[in-house]
Amino acid sequence: MELEPSHYPAQRAAGVARACISYRRGECTDIRDIPGTGHKYHLEFTLKDTVQEVSFNCTAEVLYHLGSQHSAPEVHFTVEGELGKNPDDADNKFYSRIKSLKEPLVAQNIPDSFGIVPPEMEPIRHLAFSACDYIIWQNSTENTWYNLAQIQDVRQVKRNDDYLEFDYTVLLHDFVSQEIIPWQMQVLWHPQHGVKVTQNSRQPK
Amino acid sequence: MNKVYFFFLNRDQVLRIRASSDDQIDKLQLLETLEHLQLDFWLHPSNPALPVDIRVPFGSLQAVRAFLGYHDIEYSILIEDVQVILNEEKQEMISNQRRERSNSNFNYGAYHSLDAIYKAIDDLAAEYHGLVSKLQIGESYEKRPLYVLKFSTGGPDRPAIWLDAGIHAREWVTQATALWTAQKIASEYGNDPSITSLLDTMDIFLLVVTNPDGYVYSHAKNRMWRKTRSKAAGSLCVGVDPNRNWDAGFGGPGSSDQRCSDSYHGPHANSEVEVKSIVDFIKKHGNIKAFLTIHSYSQLLMYPYGYKCTEPADYRELDTVGKAAANALTSLHGTSFKVGTICSTIYQASGGSIDWSYDFGIKYSFAFELRDTGRYGFLLPADQIIPTAEETWLGLKSIMEHVRDHPY
Repeated sequence: MELEPSHYPAQRAAGVARACISYRRGECTDIRDIPGTGHKYHLEFTLKDTVQEVSFNCTAEVLYHLGSQHSAPEVHFTVEGELGKNPDDADNKFYSRIKSLKEPLVAQNIPDSFGIVPPEMEPIRHLAFSACDYIIWQNSTENTWYNLAQIQDVRQVKRNDDYLEFDYTVLLHDFVSQEIIPWQMQVLWHPQHGVKVTQNSRQPK
Repeated sequence: MNKVYFFFLNRDQVLRIRASSDDQIDKLQLLETLEHLQLDFWLHPSNPALPVDIRVPFGSLQAVRAFLGYHDIEYSILIEDVQVILNEEKQEMISNQRRERSNSNFNYGAYHSLDAIYKAIDDLAAEYHGLVSKLQIGESYEKRPLYVLKFSTGGPDRPAIWLDAGIHAREWVTQATALWTAQKIASEYGNDPSITSLLDTMDIFLLVVTNPDGYVYSHAKNRMWRKTRSKAAGSLCVGVDPNRNWDAGFGGPGSSDQRCSDSYHGPHANSEVEVKSIVDFIKKHGNIKAFLTIHSYSQLLMYPYGYKCTEPADYRELDTVGKAAANALTSLHGTSFKVGTICSTIYQASGGSIDWSYDFGIKYSFAFELRDTGRYGFLLPADQIIPTAEETWLGLKSIMEHVRDHPY
């Protein structure tokens, strides 16, 4: 069945592909051998890196598994060009700044009610987008369409090693049900090693 | 219109002239050059689509009427006795000196409280009182007034266009856009030929804040609040999704029967007073020709149906109109919109407003979902309000022009 690009199911699948590609890059190709019970979407779209202002053409296949036990959609993709990047100046500055804080960083409501993000919170927000991509990828079905609506709360957890750690409570907006879903996630980050979600759980409304 | 004329003679009249050709415009421009008549042009002759208003001193009335009669130029008396009006105006100005009447200080590029929006509505109605009036069509659950702005140049039972925003509380860019749009419509009359000709034959009704209880709650308590604030006995959860509460496939797929859900449809259709007030108004008016509702976010322009996944009878026309409107919108800032039926564009959703209005007989029923596509979502930064309103205006205008040109 061919879907028009305007159709939300295609949009949602593309969202899943984007989330997966953005979070895990190489690891999205991890396949388990599963007999063909599910819905597969073939997609062609453009990924835009809004920080670096670069666009990439992508093709992807997203397979939603049917069945009572939810498992993350499988995503197979190809990208024209190099997605990976070395840590840039901004990443390093952010890393140094947080590492040198006397008190652990604590913040709420990013963006605030009026859409304002203080400049020093932008990297915290980018990190949340990346981490949410994992959660979105893992929890998407054909009947969900998640976006990060707001960071409700973020607290830094001081570590002895090189990683930065943050405990986020984010609000995800599911466009299909229109629900706002609080989600807790523990996020590790390092300029060279990237983002990792070590723990996450859906919270009660 | 310059209103400060306390020192002119009694019994001046203001004539409204309707030129029917460029030739007649030439004649009126000639009239402007006859200084001995001391004519005061409130609206200057420029093109036949626009009226020409002239305050004519009592002593020149006979000459001007003769001139107009000789050249077969149609006119009517707009103000029979200017002095009476001036006396009333002066009274009003004196007694309202401290009250801010002009809208020129209101910041349309910011998010405002409900009280500030209601004040801006009052100020707009005062500033453009010849064209704009404020009606109350009902009260919210928590007893807040539901105010509609009526744009009309007169005439009983004119065909009309209905516009609403803010049915979902958290979609703040929509209430802000509606307020900017109100100011735009008012200021374009007499300046923009298209809007002027539209308002010369049709009325516009604009409900800026459809869900005031929800809006207040989204400021005071929960920025992400969507629904009304109605309470039901025996439930901890508050509110009904007002866009699942209309009598169109009510209770069907794409709405929830769970009270705590953000898409809870309510105990029955029109259970929400905010919805019922609109339904009653539209039924009573009896001559609404277009129903346009504004939401955010997603950048979509949709037409019925949502409650079923079949195409409406007027599918071809609605799709053409929708695509033209989306193109007009995109032309300004490059913001791209997708066009289609609700069901094929988003999902099946029952009890929605434009499904009800379409099945009621209002052919031109459209729903906008404004900026953005998820980067900020409901928390759209205020510096995007005016660009959003400007581009949306082009889309709305495109639809309204089609409605004007295709009476039914």
